Amino acid sequence: MRIVCPFCGERELGEFTYLGDAKPVRPATGAAEDEVYDYVYLRDNIAGVMSENWYHGGGCRAWLKVTRNTLTHEISAVEPALGAGAAKVDA
Amino acid sequence: MKYSIFSLARAALSGHKTWQRTWRDATPKDRYDVVIVGGGGHGLATAWFLASEYGIRNVAVLEKGWIGSGNAGRNTTIIRSNYGLPGNTGFYELSMKLWERMEQDLNYNSMVSQRGVINLYHSDAQRDAYARRGNTMRINGIDAELLDLAAVKKMMPFLNFDNARFPVQGGLLQRRGGTARHDAVVWGYAHAASGLGVDIIQNCEVTGFVRDANGKVTGVETSRGRIGAGRVGMAVAGSSSRVADMAGLRLPIESHVLQAFVSEAIKPLIPNVMTFGAGHFYVSQSDKGGLVFGGDIDGYNSYAQRGNLPVMEDVCEGGMALMPMIGRVRLLRQWGGIMDMSMDGSPIIDKTPVDGLYLNAGWCYGGFKATPGSGFVFAHLLARDTPHEEAARFRLDRFRTGAMIDEKGQGAQPNLH
Repeated sequence: MRIVCPFCGERELGEFTYLGDAKPVRPATGAAEDEVYDYVYLRDNIAGVMSENWYHGGGCRAWLKVTRNTLTHEISAVEPALGAGAAKVDA
Repeated sequence: MKYSIFSLARAALSGHKTWQRTWRDATPKDRYDVVIVGGGGHGLATAWFLASEYGIRNVAVLEKGWIGSGNAGRNTTIIRSNYGLPGNTGFYELSMKLWERMEQDLNYNSMVSQRGVINLYHSDAQRDAYARRGNTMRINGIDAELLDLAAVKKMMPFLNFDNARFPVQGGLLQRRGGTARHDAVVWGYAHAASGLGVDIIQNCEVTGFVRDANGKVTGVETSRGRIGAGRVGMAVAGSSSRVADMAGLRLPIESHVLQAFVSEAIKPLIPNVMTFGAGHFYVSQSDKGGLVFGGDIDGYNSYAQRGNLPVMEDVCEGGMALMPMIGRVRLLRQWGGIMDMSMDGSPIIDKTPVDGLYLNAGWCYGGFKATPGSGFVFAHLLARDTPHEEAARFRLDRFRTGAMIDEKGQGAQPNLH
């Protein structure tokens, strides 16, 4: 598996760190217990196309949103994720 | 049929042409008392214990592929009970004791080999942690020995003792640990369970659950038709989320790929199972002579049953740090299995919120060594509707209540367990 970083080009997997499903959103402070439990522990665990957060620590150190098929490892899109990496795009 | 020295002699005299099928290839009936989804080691062990211990013989095991095609055939065959946390300690020892009598119970040679499992330590802090774990084991009546450097050198003189960064200082040894022949374990359970009347139905994929007006599960829809069931037990490691989803359940589980490797066969070298405590590498030598080894999971969600090169490199580096000489040995093959990585690294054996549906999942790395114990306690749960005392902490709601069993102390990070 190789990831085409929008900043660095195609790089090998060892340069990246995986964070997981990009879909869950951290609940606001004071959210109900159920909502926090759901966010921390429960997973969709998708078999198919999944949107994920990856960190390019061995390269530009940007966070990336990678669209990948968990059944085949095929990557269909890589975009800068919101946050530090994305700020670089606008600069 | 029963295996014995006489049956072997008889078959030998007739040129080994008279061996019979070891389990019946059953066609599904309309209804069973218990239907088990998943014909891996855990599902088959559950069926065997339901029939032999709990007297429930109207049981079907449904397997979407063929027996032994999933994780049962994709592991590194290690058995041990060197766990330190309440919940795990007793359960894995129960499993170890069942390994020790498995061949007699099943009348099948599962090649259980108690060659010992040694976890090497490389720092004072790690020695203290292993001493503590060993003490916990011994308090609970489980064998454990803390070895110093001299004892390790005597047992495994081929290790690299000059490693400046991770010097071997000693190890924690469980002599009763070892290996078993993974295929023979599933075949043995299939053989013995079938003999007691259990229907083992291969090429039968579950596609949905049948529910009554109250939502209770009363059967399963399969690729071979509808099958009614008093209770349904899920033992589908790797696919737990997908099957649970058919019943509307979301689980605290991610599916990850774990790779394992086998080298070409060499002369007897490694006398036991050993782990490299400074990295993550474990190795044993198969009876055919190949070195069987593995390390970390790949670390990202996957259902692909194949891994990627960075982990291969990392595992081989771990092996080289411990035994530089294995750099001369060629890698014969590699495979990937799909693990249920749970949020605290421990299994879940419990009723689900759906009436009639029972869950056996979340084994992370540890599924193979747990096979008999898992089958025993899951059969207890399915037969008696209350958890077995040694599995009472493997609750589905422990993440909500905070009663987690986090043996590695990695928190809610399935990709780190």
